[in-house]
Amino acid sequence: MTLAVTDFAVVMPEIFLLTMACLVLVIDVYLPETMRNLTYQLSQGTLIGTALFIVAMYPTKPVLAMNSMFVSDQMGALLKLFICGIVFMAFIYSRGYLRDRNLLKGEFFVLGLLATLGMLVMVSAHTFLTIYLGLELLSLSMYALVALNRDSAQSSEAAMKYFVLGALASGMLLYGISIIYGVTGQMDLAAVANVIKADHEHHTALVFGVVFIVVGLGFKFGAVPFHMWVPDVYQGAPTPVTLLISSAPKLAAFAMLMRLLVDGMQHLHADWQGMIIVLSVLSMAIGNLVAIAQSNIKRMLAYSTISHVGFLMLGILTATKTGYAAAMFYTIVYTLMSLGGFGVILLLSRAGFEADKLDDFKGLNARNSWFAFIMLILMLSMAGMPPLLGFWAKWAVLSELINSGFMWIAITAVMFSVIGAYYYLRIIKLMYFDKPEDTNPLTADNDMRVALSVNGLAILFLGLVPQGLLTVCLTSLG
Amino acid sequence: MFADLPLLSLLIWLPILGGFWVLAVGRNDNSASVARAVALLVSIVTFVLSLPLFFAFDSSTAAMQFSEKLAWIPNFHIYYSLGVDGFSMPLIVLTSFMTILVILAGWEVIQYKVAQYMAAFLIMEGLMIGVFAALDAILFYVLWEAMLVPMFIIIGIWGGQRRVYATIKFFLYTFLGSVFMLIALLYLYSVSNSFDILAYHKQALPMNVQVWIFFAFLVAFAVKVPMWPVHTWLPDAHVEAPTGGSVILAAIMLKLGAYGFLRFSLPITPDASHALEGFMITLSLIAVVYIGFVALVQQDMKKLIAYSSISHMGFVTLGFFTTYMITAHSNPASAAMAVEGGMVQMVSHGFISGALFLCVGVLYDRMHSRQIGDYGGVANTMPRFAIFAVFFGMANSGLPGTSGFVGEFLVILSSFKANFWIAFLAATTLILGAAYTLWMVKRVIFGKIANDHVKELTDIGARETLILTILAVTVLAFGIYPAPLLDVMHTTVQHLLEHISHTKVL
Repeated sequence: MTLAVTDFAVVMPEIFLLTMACLVLVIDVYLPETMRNLTYQLSQGTLIGTALFIVAMYPTKPVLAMNSMFVSDQMGALLKLFICGIVFMAFIYSRGYLRDRNLLKGEFFVLGLLATLGMLVMVSAHTFLTIYLGLELLSLSMYALVALNRDSAQSSEAAMKYFVLGALASGMLLYGISIIYGVTGQMDLAAVANVIKADHEHHTALVFGVVFIVVGLGFKFGAVPFHMWVPDVYQGAPTPVTLLISSAPKLAAFAMLMRLLVDGMQHLHADWQGMIIVLSVLSMAIGNLVAIAQSNIKRMLAYSTISHVGFLMLGILTATKTGYAAAMFYTIVYTLMSLGGFGVILLLSRAGFEADKLDDFKGLNARNSWFAFIMLILMLSMAGMPPLLGFWAKWAVLSELINSGFMWIAITAVMFSVIGAYYYLRIIKLMYFDKPEDTNPLTADNDMRVALSVNGLAILFLGLVPQGLLTVCLTSLG
Repeated sequence: MFADLPLLSLLIWLPILGGFWVLAVGRNDNSASVARAVALLVSIVTFVLSLPLFFAFDSSTAAMQFSEKLAWIPNFHIYYSLGVDGFSMPLIVLTSFMTILVILAGWEVIQYKVAQYMAAFLIMEGLMIGVFAALDAILFYVLWEAMLVPMFIIIGIWGGQRRVYATIKFFLYTFLGSVFMLIALLYLYSVSNSFDILAYHKQALPMNVQVWIFFAFLVAFAVKVPMWPVHTWLPDAHVEAPTGGSVILAAIMLKLGAYGFLRFSLPITPDASHALEGFMITLSLIAVVYIGFVALVQQDMKKLIAYSSISHMGFVTLGFFTTYMITAHSNPASAAMAVEGGMVQMVSHGFISGALFLCVGVLYDRMHSRQIGDYGGVANTMPRFAIFAVFFGMANSGLPGTSGFVGEFLVILSSFKANFWIAFLAATTLILGAAYTLWMVKRVIFGKIANDHVKELTDIGARETLILTILAVTVLAFGIYPAPLLDVMHTTVQHLLEHISHTKVL
């Protein structure tokens, strides 16, 4: 096995991120408590640097590296940029919250950076092993992050639940991979695809393997019926960690899905299509209906995530380039909205007070009409109201479904969107129509206020001119 | 001189940006008066800018005028494409006109979050004008949906007791209706590879597809009009909305549904519209007659006017969907009369129902009650107000000489050419309308002073007199001389009838 210098150039962003994560870990140990901000600044610098490396290495066509363990293509580069950007924003949102609770420790940032590394590896994986490596790096960092507040029984319980179910999911995925490997004798995704294309004898065995891979993916995405961990983990984890779990990893999960099902098993799409339909429809149904019954906003957003996952998977099932692009656009848009949504929860929280009840949003318009407006944009966007970005995401997926002849699925999807609109409207109702019960002023830092405003306005302005983002998603898939 | 100006874009964006300007200047409640003044200024400028549409309008062509077309999302063939014809132009002018009155009507009454109130109306004005002017299906849909948000907020913040229930019902009802339209539009895109509404008009479609598309549009537009049996959101929304919200709902929003029939249902699915005319006429007549009876028994003034609106809008849809039958039994000129009657009814209903809601608002501001039973003998304490209330009551029941008469008369007259019984049932509205409106007027305005509260009422001030006078003059003007209104739409109506007389089934 020989490695050329060019191999390292392609993997530069990941190498930089890994090195810096280790450096931050070491530096943080020697920092006095008063200089903890340096860890934060270094972590943010790392993310910016990684993003710059990604931009510098932006591929024009797919490049394989490290004995084709690793692939760098436009889809991957775009997803990686968004992952870095979203983690960057998440760190800004989290700082004040963590400081108020004495949780502003190096662990949060180091684990966050390692999770980011895991995501980048997943995005660029070109063999089953690389995918698994990235996935485990992400998952293990996340388990630890959920338990960050170790004195909280709720957090520990959530971490335990997340760990057990996550391990189960990884097991499923590995089992599926091992079956596919058994049939094809290949680890490399392109090679697997070639063998599957030529092989007509072992179809049953291959489909058997695909079932387990889809189950594993379903767990990671949190699609029904593999969603049980999502609400508990979202609620139990400290809000900054919930923010991290709910946003960037979805991009990585999307990439994993693309790598496994599309790059590796494109020729079995007739078989996985049906499974995806079941997962999607169930996710939209359970997600939207159960969200209505929630009184905790983190739980409500967890079910909302489940329903969005259902919607974005619809783009995959068309098995067309434009369909994948629509799903990718949906995933990116979803992460931006989720980022903002949890950002507002963090904004309303302060020392000794978690703004995680729906009622904590009462009268926000009277308290601070600007951030009520930002939350209004976010909620309406999640509900799919034009001209916000969330509408275009739904539009893109629906358009692809109808073009491919899945009319009934499109109708089902819009029906559930209408049901979903109800619980987003309820937040707006609480903010605008009810009197405030809590009259404490908002205490967030200025950088957070600016970041959150940018986040919300981006949803509005990108919704007015969605051409750019739509085109980028379309071209990055070739 | 107006050819160079992107007039329609100005009419859309000026109020929207003006709305954000109002929000910016009126951040705290001390600056409420500035917010009001800016809002009034923006609405007046918008109205003035909409006048060239009317005066420079070329009524000899059915082609789109004042057209604008910019690339918006060209990769998906979505264009920012605007234009008006004889259907949309009068409704745009109506929108900009009513917005001024609504802003004036909320001048003193609204004291909580004034800037947000004014801004919501301005933003809604821009969005509604955009809906009328849009010639791209996705642009239309985006504006159509976006319009729900300001109205949702208006009813929810400044509404009455059950405002939350009413506004969520309003939102979900209309949202549910419109998502089916989205599916239909996306389907049309998949067959025509275009989002151009005028291209859809030419797109040939098999009959079964037309029927599906027709129903998808019907759900969206029938909820908005609203037609029986999907009308139940309207009384709730009207009753709970603040006066300005009720006025805009009745005067403009309901027209959007009817406009949708003219712009989408009839020209895109003419064969399905023909095949289902009996169904549509039945629904319209149920609205006219049955809802008329429902209005008769209402105790709440706003609810009564809301039901009266549904009944009057039944006339509009009746006029639109009897055209096939009239053409079959008579000449196309009568069919044109039916459609024009429906259009006149839309515009006239905008003025009259708006005025009636304003009248109820005047009473509500003073006594905080909408119950007819709480009033009586108001004429004794509010003589000036009584004149207006009686006048608009008469107009609502279709008194000749008011605009209310013109539309109803044209529709009834032309529907005689289709079928005697349709015309007969439609004509019952003249009796029913007079019955419920005048009975309400009698109970509220005339008679002895009912109680001490009525005794303490003060008559309308200069601002209220001004608003009601403007409306009264307009109602009279169009009642006596409706020709300008009929002229601008005549060619467009002819064109539509010519278009829908050809089958699109290949």
